[in-house]
Amino acid sequence: MKRPEPLEIFQPKSLREASALVKEKGPGGRFLAGGTDLVIAVKEKGLKPKYVVDLKRIPALTGIRENGDGAVTIGALTTMREVEISPIVLKKYPFLARSAAEVGSVQIRNRATIGGNMANATPSADVAPALIALEAKATIAGLNGERTIELEQLFRGPGQTVLAPEEILTAIVIPPVSAALRGDYIKFSPREMMDLAYVGIAVALVFNGDGKTCRKARIALGAVSPTPMRARRAEALLENQTITEELAEKAGAEAAAESKPISDVRSSADYRREMVRVNTKRALLNAAVREPASWIERRDWRY
Amino acid sequence: MKKKIQITLNGKKTDLEVPSHRLLLDLLRDEIGLTGTKEGCGTGDCGACTVLLNGKAVNSCLIFSGELDGADIVTIEGLKIGPELHPVQRAFVQEGGVQCGYCTSGMLMMSKALLDENPDPSEEDIRFAISGNLCRCTGYAKIVKAVQDASRELRARRT
Repeated sequence: MKRPEPLEIFQPKSLREASALVKEKGPGGRFLAGGTDLVIAVKEKGLKPKYVVDLKRIPALTGIRENGDGAVTIGALTTMREVEISPIVLKKYPFLARSAAEVGSVQIRNRATIGGNMANATPSADVAPALIALEAKATIAGLNGERTIELEQLFRGPGQTVLAPEEILTAIVIPPVSAALRGDYIKFSPREMMDLAYVGIAVALVFNGDGKTCRKARIALGAVSPTPMRARRAEALLENQTITEELAEKAGAEAAAESKPISDVRSSADYRREMVRVNTKRALLNAAVREPASWIERRDWRY
Repeated sequence: MKKKIQITLNGKKTDLEVPSHRLLLDLLRDEIGLTGTKEGCGTGDCGACTVLLNGKAVNSCLIFSGELDGADIVTIEGLKIGPELHPVQRAFVQEGGVQCGYCTSGMLMMSKALLDENPDPSEEDIRFAISGNLCRCTGYAKIVKAVQDASRELRARRT
């Protein structure tokens, strides 16, 4: 394996200092979070950053906090493993914890961060569909202050975001959710662990008091379009309806029609579309009928 | 670009002056001479280079030395307790969890990290934890058995 070329690594202690560094040093630098993508890009794909700005010394970027109104802020430098085992995440949206647990290995998840994963904008990122189904926002800091956008709007294409060079993704904010929210994430992948998703599907459903009629539905898909996407037409089929196997089947077909997969080394576009159809149906039925399950059931859940 | 860092390596404070871009794996093996940590894939897929960084299992092939000032690092050379092998090491020997040995140091570090967090893991927990450690010899059965034995031994010691 190739070794990195000499590099200068800065370790600013505040966001302002980090943005100012990039402004001063000019284009060609890279931010470093967990490094599980960046170091591989340097070693394997010939990426040669002019300099590296390590964000791990900025305390404001870490931790998961529940705000007074029930919204949850996940600092951008929170590791995937922290998301996976966070009591707040496990209690409020266990399917988000499970999607984080689908990333790489424990070793990778101890380093990889949620912000780094979003800022790299890989179409197959596992936590992206779960976060988008929860209508998460992205908080971005730049030299002229802070802005907040819909996470869905962060992505422009594979590896591309709306972030300006000196801007830093600081946090993911999940708005307050109904206590009646139930969700699921299915990663469809050739191996149980350590592989990228052919298809990733997150659903988040809110039911009426009767526990049957779906008041609100969100379906988000990963790895089947240039950016993680919502399946809005499929969502519309479900709202104010009782979720039956027949309806879930119809919504799956609609989501498949909305997806825009490519054919590549992992699978053909047709196969991916078919897997969107089947797994959207499964995810909807899981969410509609099942209480959150423990880790041990993950194998049964997926297949 | 050399950088001065201080790390705690296997319990000892260590001052180093290292190029920022040097990988932790190479720092350990080539500059410090601790060759127990192995390189398999170099891309974080195989786990042979696993060490503990601030108590957590990580791939040392994906970390720049320039990130490490203040870090606490434990390698396979720091696993034994005094002159004695760690129970997880002894269990691997007794169960035949070691064949060619190349994955073993990474496997042991991951197993220790698991047992620190979860003293009584189920078989499923163990397989989940070592899913990022590839072994091409054993078929994993004896490794899983060894981790189970070690967990029993460690729990017995505590009571």
